[in-house]
Amino acid sequence: MRDVAIVAFAQTDHLRRTDELSEVEMLMPVLHEVLDATGLRTSGIDFTCSGSSDYLAGRAFSFTMALDGVGAHPPISESHVEMDGAWALYEAWVKIQTGEADTALVYAYGKSSPGQVRDVLTRQLDPYYTAPLWPDSVALAALQAQALIDAGDTDESALTAIATRSRQAASGNPHAQLSGDVPAGDYLVRPLRTGDCPPIGDGAAAVILAAGDTARALCARPAWIRGIDHRIEAHGLGVRELTESPSTRLAAERAGVFERPVDTAELHAPFSSQEVVLRKALGLGDEVSVNPSGGALAANPLMAAGLIRLGEAAARIHRGESERAVAHATSGPCLQQNLVAVLEGESTHA
Amino acid sequence: MPDILSAPLVVEFPFTRSLGPVQSAFLTGLRERTVLGVRTGDGKVLVPPVEYDPVTAEELHELVEVAATGTVTTWAWNPHPRRDQPLDTPFAWVLVRLDGADTALLHVLDASGPEAVSTGMRVRVRWAQDRTGVITDIACFEPYGSEPGESGEPAPHDGEFTEPVTGIVTPARLDYTYTPGRAQSSYLEALEDRRVVGERCPSCRKVYVPPRGACPTCGVATDERVEVGPRGTVTTYCVVNIKAKNLDIEVPYVYAHIALDGADLALHARIGGIPYDQVRMGLRVEPVWTEGSRHPDHYRPTGEPDADYDAYKELV
Repeated sequence: MRDVAIVAFAQTDHLRRTDELSEVEMLMPVLHEVLDATGLRTSGIDFTCSGSSDYLAGRAFSFTMALDGVGAHPPISESHVEMDGAWALYEAWVKIQTGEADTALVYAYGKSSPGQVRDVLTRQLDPYYTAPLWPDSVALAALQAQALIDAGDTDESALTAIATRSRQAASGNPHAQLSGDVPAGDYLVRPLRTGDCPPIGDGAAAVILAAGDTARALCARPAWIRGIDHRIEAHGLGVRELTESPSTRLAAERAGVFERPVDTAELHAPFSSQEVVLRKALGLGDEVSVNPSGGALAANPLMAAGLIRLGEAAARIHRGESERAVAHATSGPCLQQNLVAVLEGESTHA
Repeated sequence: MPDILSAPLVVEFPFTRSLGPVQSAFLTGLRERTVLGVRTGDGKVLVPPVEYDPVTAEELHELVEVAATGTVTTWAWNPHPRRDQPLDTPFAWVLVRLDGADTALLHVLDASGPEAVSTGMRVRVRWAQDRTGVITDIACFEPYGSEPGESGEPAPHDGEFTEPVTGIVTPARLDYTYTPGRAQSSYLEALEDRRVVGERCPSCRKVYVPPRGACPTCGVATDERVEVGPRGTVTTYCVVNIKAKNLDIEVPYVYAHIALDGADLALHARIGGIPYDQVRMGLRVEPVWTEGSRHPDHYRPTGEPDADYDAYKELV
């Protein structure tokens, strides 16, 4: 296996709406930020991969417009995933493992403001038995939350505490959409209150990956990806045990999370209840700093929020605030798909 | 900074989906007030049924009939129903394990309020009046004070019905408010004054029209506005012989790439005012605007001599 690291990370300020910006206009500043941080130019990037979804924009092939922002002419080696950018990062990591690339630019963006995101997300569900009922994303998360409460894994006040801790942590994150003292609010779909749900907003993020000595040359303290894996569960909600996340557990095992303790966890848990599930699956104790960025409860730009978890974990390693971090991204209803990566600073690398 | 334009954007997609044998039997069954499940190799009964075992990926086809009564395994109270959801009064989302099944079905429960709903409560299917073989043939569930009884044993079913449902149409509509961003807004606003405005890349100096805010070569923002045209040169074209639905243009007609004077990227538009078989590369054209329209309706010949090939060959 080649040693691959995240060497730069940038994200936009996440906002409820960005009407004045097209997607490429929103994206370009973060692309320039990661390129400037490494001194690389587009011509020095071997592979580019992005994550986004046409359903957010309501337009086909919307990612091709965003390509203008990376300077795609003369031709570049490029790919796209119609999902969170964390999976674009996985593809880029695989590309580097093949030896066909030493550097990669990964970016992701989503503008939720043009549509009704709760309705839009119903379109990712099974089209025969589920999507015709239009169960929105909050409703499905609420079913999972009630199952956790019934199982005795949490209660409503514990959920509120998770949301409060996340937004307090986000006070130190200038990019967060929601931070500080945020009221628990009314039930949106009971048992989830407004405060248990992520803000809806627009945003983008980018990272640069590099292999071996190239990474060391580009970054004083690269965040080495020591393991990365992603797994998926059955699409039928009634087939799954919603209080558990076996896919997260398996991905974490394969990524090596349990080989040594981690000090930081960036978890993609858009709903407070999902943090309960993920902590259990990853075996995280109170000694681990969970979502010091505020996590998805503070900013949840769809298709970028998972990549941001990897970026935030890497940035803590860049800054010397973490030695070994676990980063997690999710997609689909009730944590259906999960990606887990272990990031380490140089000193802990044997 | 121009005013930011916005416009409603409606996306509708009525997908027609074909059903496999298991889905066909299940949905046809609903039409006939019969709930079918499928038995897996290890004896579990999955409702709703799937064609492949989610654990072993084994193909499944052994159908069984389960009861129309069941138990709520988890629920969530929805105080504000959204468009297209099954009930328009407040309701509970529920996962229901029907008597005889080992897995739960997602649907909605008609109840008076959240205090009337609990995990473990007994419910039964309320059938829709008109049933066609879709999941909403179950109108909803309703509270039902029964105990899981002898009806809990699934009975073998051959899945055969007269006139089985073999496909469904799943209409969907999503509503957006489209905002084109800074660069395209200023382009569209200039069009209102019948001017065409592009943007110049600060790095390579190329002028893009319509501008999208970024130079695809340099990957930087294009922010210097440049008025181009209105005249231009046909760089390439095609003859359209297919009459488009809802388009009131006689075929054949010519669709062309046009390099407006001063632009480094060709835009595309229809050519009019000249027989289709006389359009040619190098033809000089100008826009024709119609009353009340933001965009030129088409471009027509200016009567100038054709442009020299060298003048536009970079834009072909």
